[in-house]
Amino acid sequence: MEFAELIKTPRVDNVVLHRPFYPAVEGTLCLTGHHLILSSRQDNTEELWLLHSNIDAIDKRFVGSLGTIIIKCKDFRIIQLDIPGMEECLNIASSIEALSTLDSITLMYPFFYRPMFEVIEDGWHSFLPEQEFKLYSSATSQWRLSYVNKEFAVCPTYPPIVIVPESIDDETLRKVATFRHGGRFPVLSYYHQKSKRVIMRSGQPLTGTNGRRCKEDEKLINATLRAGSRGYIIDTRSLNVAQQARAKGGGFEQEAHYPQWRRIHKSIERYHILQESLIKLVEACNDQTHNMDRWLSKLEASNWLTHIKEILTAACLVAQCIDREEASVLIHGTEGTDSTLQVTSLAQIILEPRSRTIRGFEALIEREWLQAGHPFQQRCAQSAYCNTKQKWEAPVFLLFLDCVWQILRQFPCSFEFNENFLIMLFEHAYASQFGTFLGNSESERCKLKLQQKTMSLWSWVNQPSKLSKYTNPLFEANNLVIWPSVAPQSLLLWEGIFLRWNRSSKYLDEAYEEMVNIIEYNKELQAKVNILRRQLAELETEDEMQESP
Amino acid sequence: MEHIRTPKVENVRLVDRVSPKKAALGTLYLTATHVIFVENSPDTRKETWILHSQISTIEKQATTATGCPLLIRCKNFQIIQLIIPQERDCHDVYISLIRLARPVKYEELYCFSFNPMLDKEEREQGWVLINLSEEYKRMGLPNNYWQLSDVNREYRVCDSYPTELYVPKSATAHIIVGSSKFRSRRRFPVLSYYYKDNHASICRSSQPLSGFSARCLEDEQMLQAIRKANPGSDFVYVVDTRPKLNAMANRAAGKGYENEDNYSNIKFQFIGIENIHVMRNSLQKMLEVCELKSPSMSDFLWGLENSGWLRHIKAIMDAGIFIAKAVSEEGASVLVHCSDGWDRTAQVCSVASLLLDPHYRTLKGFMVLIEKDWISFGHKFNHRYGNLDGDPKEISPVIDQFIECVWQLMEQFPCAFEFNERFLIHIQHHIYSCQFGNFLCNSQKERRELKIQERTYSLWAHLWKNRADYLNPLFRADHSQTQGTLHLPTTPCNFMYKFWSGMYNRFEKGMQPRQSVTDYLMAVKEETQQLEEELEALEERLEKIQKVQLNCTKVKCKQSEPSKHSGFSTSDNSIANTPQDYSGNLKSFPSRSPSQGDEDSALILTQDNLKSSDPDLSANSDQESGVEDLSCRSPSGGEHAPSEDSGKDRDSDEAVFLTA
Repeated sequence: MEFAELIKTPRVDNVVLHRPFYPAVEGTLCLTGHHLILSSRQDNTEELWLLHSNIDAIDKRFVGSLGTIIIKCKDFRIIQLDIPGMEECLNIASSIEALSTLDSITLMYPFFYRPMFEVIEDGWHSFLPEQEFKLYSSATSQWRLSYVNKEFAVCPTYPPIVIVPESIDDETLRKVATFRHGGRFPVLSYYHQKSKRVIMRSGQPLTGTNGRRCKEDEKLINATLRAGSRGYIIDTRSLNVAQQARAKGGGFEQEAHYPQWRRIHKSIERYHILQESLIKLVEACNDQTHNMDRWLSKLEASNWLTHIKEILTAACLVAQCIDREEASVLIHGTEGTDSTLQVTSLAQIILEPRSRTIRGFEALIEREWLQAGHPFQQRCAQSAYCNTKQKWEAPVFLLFLDCVWQILRQFPCSFEFNENFLIMLFEHAYASQFGTFLGNSESERCKLKLQQKTMSLWSWVNQPSKLSKYTNPLFEANNLVIWPSVAPQSLLLWEGIFLRWNRSSKYLDEAYEEMVNIIEYNKELQAKVNILRRQLAELETEDEMQESP
Repeated sequence: MEHIRTPKVENVRLVDRVSPKKAALGTLYLTATHVIFVENSPDTRKETWILHSQISTIEKQATTATGCPLLIRCKNFQIIQLIIPQERDCHDVYISLIRLARPVKYEELYCFSFNPMLDKEEREQGWVLINLSEEYKRMGLPNNYWQLSDVNREYRVCDSYPTELYVPKSATAHIIVGSSKFRSRRRFPVLSYYYKDNHASICRSSQPLSGFSARCLEDEQMLQAIRKANPGSDFVYVVDTRPKLNAMANRAAGKGYENEDNYSNIKFQFIGIENIHVMRNSLQKMLEVCELKSPSMSDFLWGLENSGWLRHIKAIMDAGIFIAKAVSEEGASVLVHCSDGWDRTAQVCSVASLLLDPHYRTLKGFMVLIEKDWISFGHKFNHRYGNLDGDPKEISPVIDQFIECVWQLMEQFPCAFEFNERFLIHIQHHIYSCQFGNFLCNSQKERRELKIQERTYSLWAHLWKNRADYLNPLFRADHSQTQGTLHLPTTPCNFMYKFWSGMYNRFEKGMQPRQSVTDYLMAVKEETQQLEEELEALEERLEKIQKVQLNCTKVKCKQSEPSKHSGFSTSDNSIANTPQDYSGNLKSFPSRSPSQGDEDSALILTQDNLKSSDPDLSANSDQESGVEDLSCRSPSGGEHAPSEDSGKDRDSDEAVFLTA
C-alpha cells in the first residue's frame, strides 16, 4: 500500500524512549502505516503505541551520531526517542512527519481499523434525529421534522433532518436559508419542558450595510413565540464585531424588524485567538523553570480561563432567559458553527438533567456538535505545538469540554460521567481509530461513507466494560437546573488535561479509587441486606402458614 | 456594657454581597460579645451573628438616600455591609463597635463569658485531652540521647518557653543557660520533634546574638550536643528561615546568624521566608482581590499574583520540605530559627513534622501539633491576631499561612489526612474568636497567670466532641498515603499551589462547589455502618428462625423496619442555588414601543437597563437548590455544614443573646 513508500526505515533497534512518569526504556522502534510502536520485548509489552495522527509536531537534534526526536502530541504529551545513527534518525523523523500529515481523510486510521470487540449496538444509529425528536413531540406539537435539507442543498452544513416550527413550511425555510449565513436558517436546538421555552440557533442574518430584511425569517422566529411574549437573541459577537460584519454582507437582527426580540451581545472569542490562547497555556504548563509569580502571570496571559468565563457566562445567561425569564432564545454568531454551539450545548447541560447522563451527553454531542456542523476536521487538525498556524484551527470543542468540567467540579454528584469521559472525548476529537469526529459536516461524512467504512466511537464507548471507567460513582439523578458560579475564584485550571503529563496523579488516582471502594462496598452490603430481608420474610410467611391451618 | 451606646437599631438593611440590590430588612442588636442581625421576614427570622473579636475593621461610608452604610470586615474573611437609616444611630453603632472590637483587658474576651453548660469536671477533662507529656512519650522520649530539662521551671531562663523542655542529655544546665544568653529573648535550642526511625531531630531556637564576630562557647557546645544526640549523622543543619539580607541586617543590631567557622560540623542554610510585615501586606492585597466586585479573570489572576501570597506559601512549604528531607533521607538533625523563633520557625517546624509523621495528620495529632509548636513554644497569639487592642504592626497571618499549607497538602494527598477542610476552617475561626481559652495570651507563662484553664474552656474538647463533622471519608489508617513521610515532587511545581477559595471566599457560598463530595461520602459511610449492623442482626435472626423451624416451633418474628435507600444529602440546602448575575443582568423588557427604538440605543442591554433579575428570582430559589432536598439521614445531623455561628454553637450564643 501507499504507506510503504513513506516509511523509509520501518524498524530501528536500541532506541531509548523517554516519557513522563516512567523510567527511560530501551527497545525496538517500529513504524507502521498508522502507528509508532516501541517495544522493549519484555513480557511482550509495547511501551509506546502512538497514532501518527496524534502527533502535533516533532523536533530533532543530534549529538554526534546519536539522534533525538522529540514528539509533541495533540493530547499535549511530549515524548523523546534517542535513536542511534543519524541516518536512521532522519529517516524516522521524515517518515513520521509524512505519516502524521496525510492529506487524504480516507488514508486515516479509522478507514483501516478493525475492531477487536463485538459490536453490540452500532453507534452510528444510536442517536437518530427522529428518536431525539420523539422526546419533544410528546410534549409539544409546535415543532416538526423537516426533510428540506435532505440532499444538503439548502444548507451544506446542516444534517438532512432538522426541527423547525410546525407552522413554517419548507418553502419558507428555503427562503430563510438565503438570508442566513451558510444557509443556516434558525432551527430548534432545545425545548425546555418546564418553561415550555426553546433555544434556537442559526447563522447571522445577511442584512448587509443597507439593512436588508427577510419577512420569512421574521415569520419563522416569531412563530416560536406565543402571542404577546418576547424572546432574546443572543449574538455571540461584540456589537462592534457584529456591526463590522455588515460590511461583508452579514449583520444582526434589527430591532425595528424584530420587535418581539431583544438582542444581547455576549462576546466570545473565536479562531486563531483561541488557538493562540491554547498554545500559550500549554507552554506555561510545560515550563518547569518559572517561579510562583511567573506561573500565575503566564496563566493569566494565556487568557484561557477568560475564554472559559465568557463562554460559561453566555450559556448561563441563555439558561436564565429560558428558565427564569421564561423567554425563548435564538443564538448565533457569524457562521453559527462554533461559539453558537458552545453556548447552546452548555445551556442544555445547565438546564437539562438528561444531558448530564452518559447517553444524554453523547446525544448532545451528536446533535449539537456533529449534526450541527461543527467543522471538527478543520478545528482539530492541529493542537498546541504546531508551528504552521492555519486560521481555521481552534480549540472550540476543547473549550466546551473544559466548561463542562468546570460545571462538573461545582456539581460533582450531578453528572453520570466523570472527568475521564471528557478527557477521552478530547483525545478522540484530535486523533482516533473511530470515524465519529472525521469530516466537517454531516454531508462530508455521508460522502466519505463513514457509517459503512469506519466504526463509531459510540459503539466502542458504550460497551459496559468501557463505560465503567467513565461512570461517576457519585452520581445521583438531579432533576433541577444547576447554576454554576462564573466568578474567577470558582474557575480553575483543568489539571486533568493541562497538567496531565507534568505532575503525577498517583495520589489523586488513589483517592478516586478509595471513593469508588467506599461506594461499591455500600452497594454490596445493600444487596446482601436485601437478600437476607427477603429470605427472612419468606421464612416468616412459611411460619405463618404453618401457624394458620 | 458601658461601651454600648445603642443596644438595638431597627429597620437596618443587611446587603447581600453577591447581589447588592438584594438586602434583608431587620433589627440590629449589640451585645457585650456579638453583633446580631435578625431579619424581619417572619418565615425565616434569619440571624447573623458576628463576634466582636472577629471584627477586623469597621468603615463608615458616605451617607446615601437610603441611609448610612457601615462596612464590617472580619478576621474570618466575612464581610458585612449594613445600611442604618439614621446617621446618628450609625455613628453610635460605629463608636460602640470600635471600642467593643478592641478590648483592652483579657477579661473582656468572649471566652470568659462563654458558657457551654459543662460542669467543672468536664471542663477539666477538656483541658487534658491534649497532653504534651504524652506526645513526647509517643515520640520515644526521654531516651539515651534526650532528657526532660527542668532548667526553665518557673520560667526562670526564658519566659516565652514552656516549663517542660527536651534537651540533649549532654547539655548541662550550665550550657543551656550560657546558650540562652547568646540567643534573642533567651530562646535557646530545644527539641521540637524527634524522628524515632533514625534519631534525627528538629530543634528550634531564636537567632544568635553573634553580631559581626561574637562567639559563645556554651552555644557552640549546645549545637555540638544536638549533633551528638544523633549518632547517625556527623553534622547538623542550621536553617535560618529568613532571607539572607534580613539576617545580615540583624548583625548590625548585635544579632545575626551562626558562623560556620565557629561551630564544628554545622551546615548553614538560608531559606527566604519574608517577615510578618510583608505577610500582613500580602494578605491585605489578596483580600482586596477577593473583595473586588465582579472582577474579570485577569483582574483576579493579576491581583493574586501581585499579592505574592502563593509565593509566600510556597516558600514556607519549601522550607518544610527541605527539613523533612534532611531528617528522613539524610538522617541529619536540623536546628531551625528565624529572628525570635516564634513565627517562621513555628510554621516551618510544624510543616516539616506534618510531612514526617502521620500522627500529626490525624485529628488529635493535629491538635497536638498546634499545641506543641505554636501554643507551648510561645507563638504570640495575642499580638499576631489582635485579640486585645495593641500595635497593629504586630498583627500578621502567621498561623493562617500554616493552616493554608496544610490545606495545600490535603489537595495533593487527599487520603493522607484524617480531618477535612472544615476542621481547618473552624480552627482558623477560633484562633480569632476568643471563644475558647487555648489561643489567649502570648505565652504559657501568661496563660498560667491568667488561670485560663480554670476560667475558660478548651477548643480541642469542643472539636473532639464534634469530630464526626471533621472527618475525611477518604482517610483509612491502613492506606498507603497514611504511612510514613509524605513525598512531594522535587521539581518546582508552582501550579500545585492554588488559591483557597474555601477559606478566603468562604462566606461567598455561591462561589463554592454546590455539592460536597466529602459530605456525600460521609453519608455513604454512615449508611454502610448501619447496613453492617443490620446485616449482622439479620444473619443472627435468620439463623435463629432456621433453628426454630427445625424444631417445628412457631416463633413470631417481627419484621425490622426496612431502611429505605433514599439517596444522600450532599448540598448545603441553606444555600439556594440561584443564578448569579451572569453580567447580562437581565430584566424584563423595558416597556418601550418597538417602533420608537432607534437602532443603536436599542442594540444592547447596558448594565443600567439590565438590572439584576435576582430579586424576582429569589422567591422560588429554594426549590431550585441545584440538588433535590434529599432530607434523609445526613451524617452530621443536619443538612448544612456546621458553621461557627450556627449549628453547634447556636445554643450557647443564644444564651448570651437572651441575657443581653
